[in-house]
Amino acid sequence: MVDAAPKLSVRDLTVRYGDFTALDRISLDVLPNEIFGIIGPANSGKTSFLRALNRMEEFQPSMKVEGKIYFNGQDITAVRNVYRLRQKVGVVFPLPVGLPMSIYENVAFGPRLAGVRKRSELDEIVERCLRRAALWDEVKDRLNALGSLLSGGQQQRLTIARALSQDPELLLLDEFSIAVDPVTTMRIEDVLRELKDEVTIILVTNLVQQARRLADRTAFFLESELVEVGVTEDLFTGPVVDQRTRDYVEGRFG
Amino acid sequence: MSMFAETSLNQRNRRVEWLVRATFLMMTIILIVPVALILGVLVTKGAPALSWEFLTAVPREGMTAGGIMPALVGTIWIVLVALIASVPIGVAAAIYLSEYAPDNWLTRVINLAIINLAGVPSIVHALFGLGAFVTFAGFGTSILAASLTLAVMTLPVVIVSTRESLQSVPHAFREACWNMGATKWQTIRRVVLPNSISGILTGVILEVSRTAGETAPIMFTGAAFFLPFLPQSVFDQTMAMSLHLYVVSTQVPNVPEALPYGVALVLILMVLTMNATSIAFRVYLRGKRKW
Repeated sequence: MVDAAPKLSVRDLTVRYGDFTALDRISLDVLPNEIFGIIGPANSGKTSFLRALNRMEEFQPSMKVEGKIYFNGQDITAVRNVYRLRQKVGVVFPLPVGLPMSIYENVAFGPRLAGVRKRSELDEIVERCLRRAALWDEVKDRLNALGSLLSGGQQQRLTIARALSQDPELLLLDEFSIAVDPVTTMRIEDVLRELKDEVTIILVTNLVQQARRLADRTAFFLESELVEVGVTEDLFTGPVVDQRTRDYVEGRFG
Repeated sequence: MSMFAETSLNQRNRRVEWLVRATFLMMTIILIVPVALILGVLVTKGAPALSWEFLTAVPREGMTAGGIMPALVGTIWIVLVALIASVPIGVAAAIYLSEYAPDNWLTRVINLAIINLAGVPSIVHALFGLGAFVTFAGFGTSILAASLTLAVMTLPVVIVSTRESLQSVPHAFREACWNMGATKWQTIRRVVLPNSISGILTGVILEVSRTAGETAPIMFTGAAFFLPFLPQSVFDQTMAMSLHLYVVSTQVPNVPEALPYGVALVLILMVLTMNATSIAFRVYLRGKRKW
């Protein structure tokens, strides 16, 4: 797996909000079909990293991004067609966002934007994505109910189904379990393990054990810097590369 | 002593609480009394003047008899044309300011200007309309000139109320759409507008009802003192309810006492009907609110 060309190569990525530097010259590679974990205490730059990957600085005038991000070898910091980029990248926020439309339309939203019109095709996408997000059985009888009225855990799975609806190559999850109960969290974790065969996943989490359960490799961010990146288990039990990483994963600070 | 016994501090708090509540209730009553009085006087004194003929006939005998149909129809014309002019411009400007405009000094200056524009006295708008539409644009004194004057006057309020409705849609919805690869317009059309349309329409309807009662802006630009015909196009002059009320109240001798009250009552019923529609609409759409 280490021999494969990286799905994502980040070089000297710096993110600033006004005078505040949220990320300072980060460089790392994410390999195809791996779950790449990012751990670190609050304000260490994890979310800024994800935002830069989807060109979300365009939503936030104060956010400035420098450096290079290669996605399938192509630098996305210069891409003009950000809409195409965002179709290839699925994003899941900490707080689930059920759009104020039906469950069906939540999932069909992206494909419709991309020009899918045929009802049968949309039906197929909606069912497939809801199944993959482990939500189908709970909602198949009420696809016309409002997506924004589902429970928090269901809305988060709906958000995942929506993120999958355009067959993304990259799935970004930002602390997806914050507003989700433990049982749902476990179900979503199972979903992610299965999805790994089809998409590359970047999982930002402040639950060290979640990274340990899921991530093939993990990066540790601290105070806007990348401290260490390596095979997840090595961060916990391998030889100590940086004492700060070991202290963090063992709960001695953070 | 029980742990729930009142200390002197508790007692004082309770008295202050009572006093505050009573004072504020009194202010509310003071607020309602004039409104109730106005309505009461209008209904008792104006009701005798109301009849089918009053609504459907033209004024006769130096406006001391007959009906108010030309004024009624004229006001509807003026309001509709003003609406057609102000809503597209106002809503589009509000969408631009809320969804597209970068947050820089220019946008802030524009926003400030809009707020200040809302405070310009209506007589100033009237003179502007006279210069800009009647004379410069060559529309003459006409429904078109009067309506455009009213549209300019109401635009700031339409923009502010529309922008507030747009802002009430949570930002997270927008980001979720953009992250799916939606353009700003796709996001506005599919998510922002459907969820703010009730507020936008309510603002517009309230504005319309205000327009119906304005006198100064139409006095120099399109409303006629006495013109017992119905307008045939937007380039005609017309009578209007608000000016007619002013005329029969102060400018015409020997008007029966009930007549001005009747005109005022019809005008106020028009406005209240529109407001009630707006409220009913808002209640209906609130019930369909999706988050």
